[in-house]
Amino acid sequence: MNLRTQVLLWGAQRASAAVLAFCVLVHLVTIIYAVRNGLTAAEILARTSGSVAWTLFYTVFVVAIAVHAPIGLRNVLAETFQWRGRGLDLAMLILALTLALWGWRAVYAITAA
Amino acid sequence: MGTALSVLHVRVWRGTESGEYQEFQVPRLESQTVLDVVTHIQRKLDPTLSYRFACRVGMCGSCAMTVNGKARWTCRTHVASVSDEERLEIGPLRNLPVIKDLVTDMAPFFDKWAAAKGQFRGSATRNDDFARVSPESRQRRLVDESIECIGCGVCYSSCDVVTWKPDYLGPAALTRAWTLVNDVRDVDQRERLTAVAGDAGCHACHTQMTCTERCPKKLSPTAGIAGLKRAVLSAALKGEI
Ligand code: FES
Repeated sequence: MNLRTQVLLWGAQRASAAVLAFCVLVHLVTIIYAVRNGLTAAEILARTSGSVAWTLFYTVFVVAIAVHAPIGLRNVLAETFQWRGRGLDLAMLILALTLALWGWRAVYAITAA
Repeated sequence: MGTALSVLHVRVWRGTESGEYQEFQVPRLESQTVLDVVTHIQRKLDPTLSYRFACRVGMCGSCAMTVNGKARWTCRTHVASVSDEERLEIGPLRNLPVIKDLVTDMAPFFDKWAAAKGQFRGSATRNDDFARVSPESRQRRLVDESIECIGCGVCYSSCDVVTWKPDYLGPAALTRAWTLVNDVRDVDQRERLTAVAGDAGCHACHTQMTCTERCPKKLSPTAGIAGLKRAVLSAALKGEI
């Protein structure tokens, strides 16, 4: 991987971390609110399905995860197992796409009208 | 030599990469430094013990060793500040090849200073006037914060990222690069930012701050590395590297 890409990936991880900090907070508050008020699955779905705001929010959340996690894992694997090079980069790209796909599937499931 | 207060039990590394700790008993003296202990062993107990020192006053950076698990400059480290129960374990610096006993091969350490473009290159000739750099300027102040490095290797030896990623440039080389990035007279800035960028450069740092905690000169390599990360990112975004 060329030097510039390495640096930009670092930047992307930093930026996605900032987004995640915000998203995780909102997500946790939402969970606590739902549990405290004893909302049923149906009641939650009634609020989320067709909602542009929730769709946007969780899409951003999923994108941030798909960007952040593989970059971090790439470092962990390089440091722990001395795994480097193309194989690692490709594996991380596949992980990023998988996370994005699975995440988006979940978002679609709760927001589809 | 003053009168002994008690006896210190000292375990000292003998050998190269493989070897073992050898136990010595050294008279405990007042205001004794760890370097005094090692010197006593070499002069009175076992002349085959190898170690390095030069200035004995915290200037040359040659006396660093691992003392009770932590890298320290031994000439300025009092036994009283590191030893509980009159016990010392003294070994060579971590993250560097061991030549013999307490002597490590510093070549990889200084090679990385060179790789991080730790050399100054200006454009002025001897016919030019002195460059005028205001001591108050932001960049000169940043230089001040890092310029006192004595190259002892304590930070490098303490850094886990160096252990995990042997090609990582490490805190000392990056700190040196940071002083030059802030040197307004230097003309190799783009090359230097390229040299310190990426997976084996400043972006490998996890901000664990052991370097900053252990630096005997109380410098903050972590802050310098953070500065480099930002400088390199902005160069990358502008397409300069
Ligand atoms: S002997 Fe010079 S710094 Fe310790």
